[in-house]
This record gives sequence, structure tokens and C-alpha cells, in this order.
Amino acid sequence: MNFQAIDLFTLLPELVVLITACTVLIADLYLPKEERDNNQLITFAGLAAALAAVGVVGLSFGSEPTLAFGGAFIRDPMSDLLKGAVLVVTLLAFAYSARYMREREMWVGEFHVLVLFALLGIMVMISANGFLTMYLGLELLALCLYALVAFNRDSGAGAEAAMKYFVLGALGSGMLLYGVSMIYGATGAIGFEAVAAAVAADGMDNKILVFGLVFVLIGIAFKFGAVPFHMWIPDVYQGAPAPVALFLSSAPKVAAFAMAARILVDALPALSADWSEILIILSVLSMGIGNVVAIAQSNIKRMLGYSTISHVGFIFLGLLAGSSEGYAAAMFYAVAYALMAAGAFGVLVMISHQGFEAENLDDLKGLGERDPWLAAMMTMVMFSMAGVPPLVGFMAKLLVLQAIIDIGLVWLALVAVAFSIVGAFYYLRVVKMIYFDKPEIDAPVDGTRDARIAVSINGLSMLVLGMFPAALLSLCQAAFVA
Amino acid sequence: MLPEFPWLSLVIWLPIIGGLAVIANGDKNAELSKRIALGVAVAAFAVSLPLWFMFDASTAAMQFVERADWIPAIKVEYSLGVDGISMPLILLTTFITIFVIIAGWDVVTYRPSYYMGAFLIMEGIMVGVFSALDAILFYFFWEAMLIPMFLIIGVWGGPNRVYATIKFFLYTFFGSVFMLIALIYMYFQADSFSILDFHALPLGMTAQVLIFIAFLLAFAVKVPMFPVHTWLPDAHVEAPTGGSVILAAIMLKIGGYGFLRFSLPITPDASAELDGLIIALSLIAVVYIGLVALVQQDMKKLIAYSSIAHMGFVTLGFFVVFAIVRHTGSADGAVMGIEGGMVQMISHGFISGALFLCVGVLYDRMHTRQIADYGGVINTMPWFGAFVVFFAMANAGLPGTSGFVGEFMVILATFRADFWYALLAATTLILAAAFTLWMVKRVIFGPVGNEQVAALKDLNRREALNLGVLAVATLAIGIWPKPLVDVMEPSIVHLVEQVQVSKLATAGVHVDAGAAVAAELVQMTPAD
Repeated sequence: MNFQAIDLFTLLPELVVLITACTVLIADLYLPKEERDNNQLITFAGLAAALAAVGVVGLSFGSEPTLAFGGAFIRDPMSDLLKGAVLVVTLLAFAYSARYMREREMWVGEFHVLVLFALLGIMVMISANGFLTMYLGLELLALCLYALVAFNRDSGAGAEAAMKYFVLGALGSGMLLYGVSMIYGATGAIGFEAVAAAVAADGMDNKILVFGLVFVLIGIAFKFGAVPFHMWIPDVYQGAPAPVALFLSSAPKVAAFAMAARILVDALPALSADWSEILIILSVLSMGIGNVVAIAQSNIKRMLGYSTISHVGFIFLGLLAGSSEGYAAAMFYAVAYALMAAGAFGVLVMISHQGFEAENLDDLKGLGERDPWLAAMMTMVMFSMAGVPPLVGFMAKLLVLQAIIDIGLVWLALVAVAFSIVGAFYYLRVVKMIYFDKPEIDAPVDGTRDARIAVSINGLSMLVLGMFPAALLSLCQAAFVA
Repeated sequence: MLPEFPWLSLVIWLPIIGGLAVIANGDKNAELSKRIALGVAVAAFAVSLPLWFMFDASTAAMQFVERADWIPAIKVEYSLGVDGISMPLILLTTFITIFVIIAGWDVVTYRPSYYMGAFLIMEGIMVGVFSALDAILFYFFWEAMLIPMFLIIGVWGGPNRVYATIKFFLYTFFGSVFMLIALIYMYFQADSFSILDFHALPLGMTAQVLIFIAFLLAFAVKVPMFPVHTWLPDAHVEAPTGGSVILAAIMLKIGGYGFLRFSLPITPDASAELDGLIIALSLIAVVYIGLVALVQQDMKKLIAYSSIAHMGFVTLGFFVVFAIVRHTGSADGAVMGIEGGMVQMISHGFISGALFLCVGVLYDRMHTRQIADYGGVINTMPWFGAFVVFFAMANAGLPGTSGFVGEFMVILATFRADFWYALLAATTLILAAAFTLWMVKRVIFGPVGNEQVAALKDLNRREALNLGVLAVATLAIGIWPKPLVDVMEPSIVHLVEQVQVSKLATAGVHVDAGAAVAAELVQMTPAD
């Protein structure tokens, strides 16, 4: 493998994140305790620089895909957009978390480092152009997340959640790896293009390939948290500290989308008839179980967990359409969902305070009186999740429905909207708690400037992207021009 | 000014932006908020007036058309326009909103600026529904309407408001999502989301029936038609006065408007095939719901049921078209049926709005809506009594009021179709008189019921102004409906022509369109 300097430029955003993470790691060792807040500054600066790097790299290469490191790494319009989205979401996550983590004495260098390395893993996954790179990114992400879930050392629930996540996550990774090994055995290739070429030549006749596909799909479904591989989601969301749940529910979903898009669309397009049938089943189950079980939850973190599951079902709808419109719709949905999830958990983080975790639905009661602006933002996020215009959730649902009706799956669209009616109920219940009930607690709400800016950007983005979706949509479509 | 000026956009966005400004101003200076709100409402009405005065009543074409790209990737346009059907409804919206703002002036004490702001935003969204010519834009406004109404009922409503508002939201949400599927389906047939392109789209019978059912779910819930009407009495009873007024006067009309804009012209053959179902449901609404209204103990509930019965008239007028054509072979009476339905919608907007305002007047003083808690109100509130009697008469369809015009036209048209339809429909004159006048008798007349009634004060200036203007409007349309009918005439004649042209013949090339839908419904494997 020839090394070329230009390769380094291609992965400038990753390098910036890596350098930031290492800088925080070292600075945290040497800074005196009272100056450790500089970690935060370094992180913010690093993330902003990485965002700029994504822009620079994207602009200088344009819409042509760029390969690096002998084809193991790819930069294309899809990777630019998804990296931009995860960077924004991560910035939001840090802005939300600062006060919460500081009050609990968890605002330490390790938190920053772990999140940054997880972010690096996500970015590697987004740009992976081969099974090996994909797996490297996935494991980097997963290991950081296991540690983050257990970040509150004294919390039994956190440790339990981390154990569950670790065991199931390892199982999922194992399945994925097993599938990859079969595909490698069948095709003799590990890079996505080579695999695609080999599969196109061999086709369905190779039964090992089909087995491999099934195992890979199980791995993807595990990472997404699609039913029936969803068991870990509610427990992990509930057990993890709220800021970790925030991060966990947003950025890694974008990574999971990237993984699905790269593997299914780039590497295995020839098998699309097979994987889309499997995705139909996963999607219907996810939308059904996610939405119905969410109604029964009184813990809002669990409720959001089941809500994630149902949204994963919708993302799958776009993927299984097997058309470039469908992939673009799924991508739009994934980005919109990451923003929605960040907003919902962000508000929870903001209304938690010293010695009090906001995690039951009742804790939101009367938020409309306690803090009208925060309440308005949460309301927008909830209506967006329910898919009501003029918010972005509606546009996302419209696009995926359009994609599946286009391929003639009208019945599936009917199933999807039927479950979204069920889903509307529990989102409305949150709005009901916020506006129609009197406050039970009169606790202060996070007033730090960063968090308020974050929640405003986050909430208003629902409205802006919902009313003017054309720009984001055209970026998503540019990623999948055939 | 020139007709090219974007009047419709102005009427949509002025109240929305004004509403946001009112909310931003907040309750710290509530008096100022209220003044801004009233100013915005009046301004919105003022800028909607050119729609009436510059309207060309000689054509059925869309006017005040605006077009701009919105989401080019899926050919969704920001395209607006009005014809003789939608324009009067827009004016009704901007007109009624003023009274909603005035009615809430003193009586809303909890967060008045949010209350006013929510209604202004509602106003803009409702105008958007009436003027959208792009199906997705229509759906966008149609669903967006739910959010402010959900909050209005839930925040300012009565004791059982949470139940009522969630029921309201889920019912209407349930109805409309299936419409979305139908719209997307037609997009792939027409390669456009333009409603006018949908009108010209040839469709096979199976496709038409399925699309018709999807529309029916959406519009029947909104109208509301029997048997999906049960959300309305709950929502009305729990909603604050302004919410009830908007619900009855405008939101119900959106369902009726949907039938005229979507169901009839897009699926004429399915409408002709299934008109019996709609007529039957309409007659049930008229007769059965009329009887239900008779036994209500709660004034608001009574008026709510009366609304459902009156809206039954509207849908009857719309769908009797096909029966007339079948029976007489000509469409002469058909135009009258639809016109009658339209006049009934406008008139019901004034009358039901006024009646809810009347209930609001009493409720603000006594904090009860039970009929039994009143009696002899006329002794202490003579002016108020006079207004109530007037609007009750109008509600019962007394000649000279607008209530009579619409009902009479619909009954007349129905006669051409079938004597028995007309007979059943005409029972409304008796039933409406019975339930409204009986309520008036128990509330307004008779000896003074109790001490609270004895202490009542008559209308203040604000209330008198509200009811007075609405009374004038009711009388005006009752005595001289011609201008209103003239404006609608070309559009409705065009619509009747449209529905008589079968789409099946032109769908010849798509003869299998219906079979294709059926096949798609069972197809499991996606295309490559």
C-alpha cells in the first residue's frame, strides 16, 4: 500500500478530532484542577475546527468520491454531510452536558476524551470503504460507549446498563464479523467495490454469501436497535447518565445509517431483493413494537428509547426502497432524527439538577410555566417526532413514505402511518405534561448560556428544516446520485 | 393595487408573524399584546378584502395565483390561488377571527397574549388550507392547524380538557394520514403535486374508490360526519369560547371544503358510486343528531350537536348532485345543491360562532353551561336575550336569516333527486326549531331562575358589538344572498361539469390502474 500525503488531507477532519482528543488527554494530566475547564475550550475549538475541515475537504474535492489509503477510506458527498451532522450533534451534546456533568463531578477530561474517540469511530465508519475499516470504526465507537454508559461509577443502574450493552454489543459485533468473514470467503474481497463486483458476478447462487448477508444484517440491526435486536436500548438509555444517553441516541444512529448504507448499498446492491425483504420485516416490527410499547412507559428515557426503535423502522423504510430517492430519504430521516433525539434528551439534561434526575414523565409537568422557551423547544421536538408539520419530522416521514409508495409498497406505507398515529399519542402526552399540568416541583432550570443556545438552535432547527427542507434534501440526494 | 401582488401570502403570513410577535411581547404588558393582536386581526381582514373586491366572478379559473419552488426535488411547489369556493371561506376566516380576539379581551386572564397569538397563528394556517393549490402544501397547513388548536383546548379549556384535546388531535390525525398516502399515490400517477393536475388525472375505478375512502376518512372526521363525530361535542364543551367559535365557524368548513376541492373532482366516479353512503350518513346526521341535540343538558353540547346536524346538510347538498343527475338527467338542480351547501357553510359560520359567543357571555358571568342553572335571563339581560332569540331563530332556519337560504336551497335540490331524501332533510326545520327554541325557552324566558341570574348584568359594549355585527351579517346574507351566490356560481358550475365527466373513459390507457392498485397492495417484493 503506497502512502501519499494527499491521503492525510482527505482525512483532515478525522485527524483534527484525533488531535483534539489527544490534546485533552494530555492537558488533563498536567492542568491544575481549577484550570481543567480548559478541556471544554479545547474540545469546542477542536470540534469547530473539524467542522471547518469537513467543509474545506468537501469543497476542495467536490462531488467526486475521493479514495485514500489504497481504497480503504472514502470521502464523498455522503460522508461530508454525515460528518457535518455528527459534529454538530456532538457540539450540541457537549453544550447541553456541561452543567449536568459538572454538578455530578463528572465533567472531567475522560468524558471529553471518550466522547471524542467515539466521534472519531463514527467518522471512520462514515468514511469506511471496506469491511475492515468499518469494523475498526465500529469497535472504537462501541468501546467508548460502553465506558461512557458506566461513566457514573457509583451508579448500580449505570454499571448494569453498561454490562448489558457490552454483552449484547459484543454479540452484535461478533455476528457482524462472522457475516463479514463469510462474505470474504465467498468473494475473496474486503473492500466494498471489490465485494460488489464479485457479488454481481456470482449473484444469489452462492449460498455462503446469503448466509453472510443475514449475519451482517443482524449486526446492523443490533447497532440500530431494530426489533428483535432492540432489547438493550431502553435499559441502556435508562441506566446511562442523561448526557451520555443524549449522545448515544443521536450521533451513533447516524453512524449506523452510514454502516447500513455503505454495506448494503455500496457493497451488496446485487442482493437488494434479499436484504430489502428482511428490512421490511425488521421495519414493521420496529415501528409496531417501538410505538406500542412506548405508550406503557412512565420513564421518559425508556419512552425515548422505544421511540428510537420506532424511528429506526422508518429509516429502514427508506433503505428498503432500494432507490436513490429512498436512500436520500433515509439519510434525511437519520440526520433529522439525530437532531430530534439530541433535543429531547438535551431538555431532560437541562431540567435535571443537583441531586435530581429528570427521568419520569411527571418531571416535565408544568414546564410551560417554569420555563416557556424551553417548553416551546421541547414541544417542537415532540411534534416533530410525531411527524406533524411544519416540523422536520413530517418532511422526513413524507420522504420515506414517498419512496416506498414509489416502488408499489402501498400496504407498507399504510402500516407505517397507522403506527405513527399510535406514536402520536405518547408524544402528545409529553406536550400535555408540559402545558396542561401544573408544576409539581419548582426546581430551577439550567440557565447556562451554552445550553440555552444549544436548545434554541436545536429546537428552531426543527422548524427551519421542516419549512425549508430543500437544501438538506438536495445534499442528501447528491450523496446518492447513481 | 395590481392583482399580481401576493395578496394570499400576505393574508397567510401576516397573522402568523403577528401572532408570533404577540407571543414574543408576552404577558408583562398584556394590554399592549391585546392591542397588537386586535390590530393584526383587523389588518388581516383588511388585506383579505381585495380578494373579494378584485375577484373576477365571471370565471372558474384560479385567481391571485402565486407559484414558487418549495422542494424542487419532489416537485412540491408553494402554489396558492383561490376560486369562488375558497375565497368566501377565507373572508369568513379573517372576519370571524376578529371577534374571537375581541371576545377573549377581558375574559381570558391566564396568559392572554399566548391565547391571542395562538388564534392569529391558527388564522394564517386556516387561510393557507383554503388557498393551497399544491397537495403537500395543503396537507402541510391542514396538519399544522392541529398544533395550535391542541394547545388552545388543552391550556384554556374546561375541566376535562386533556381528554377532549387528545381525542380531538388523534381523531383528526387518524383521518388525515391516510389522505397523505392517497396524495403521494396520485403524485406518482400525475408526476406533480398540483391539485389541479389531480383534477385532470385519469384514474381507474378501484384506485378512485380507495382514494375516495382515504379522503372520506380525512374530511368526514373534520366535518364531522356521523359516526366519527364524537370528538366534536367533547372538544366544544371543553374548549374556551374562542376555540369553540373557531372550531364551529371555520374548522368544520375545512372538511366541507375538502370534499369540494378533492373528493368530488378527483374521484367523480367513485363519488357517484358511493354517494348513497354519504347521503345516508348525512341524513342520519340531520335526523339522529338532531334528536340527540334535543336531550342535551349542556348548552355548548347542544350547539355542538346542532353543528353536526347542520353540517349534515352541507354534505347532503354536495353529494346529492349525482342523485339529481341520475333522476332528472340534467345537472340544473345540482348546482343549487352545492351552492346551498356553501351558503350553509358560510351562514353556519356566523350563526354557530354567534351562538358560542352567547354561551360564552353567560359562562363568563355564571361559570356554568348547564341549561338547568338558568332561567329568565331576559329579565336581567334584555339586550342579550334579544340577540339569543335572533340567533336561535337563524339556527332554526327562519326565513330572512342566512340559516334559511342554505337549507332551503339544499332541500329544493334534494327534492329533484328523491322525495324521501327531501322529506328527511326537511325534518331539520322542525328538529332545529325544537332543540334551539326549547333551549331558549328554558334559558332566556320564564321566571328568573335563581339569585345569580337575578344579579346578571347585560352585555357590555364589546359583547354587544360582537353580536351586533354578526347579527347584521346573518341578516344580510338572509335577505340578499345574491352577491355571495354570484361569486361562487362559475366555480360551482365548473365543478358540477367536472364531476359529470367520467374519468374512467379517459383512463382507457390506464384501464388496469385499478387492478394495479390491488396488485400493489398485495405485492411483497419491491421492484428492482
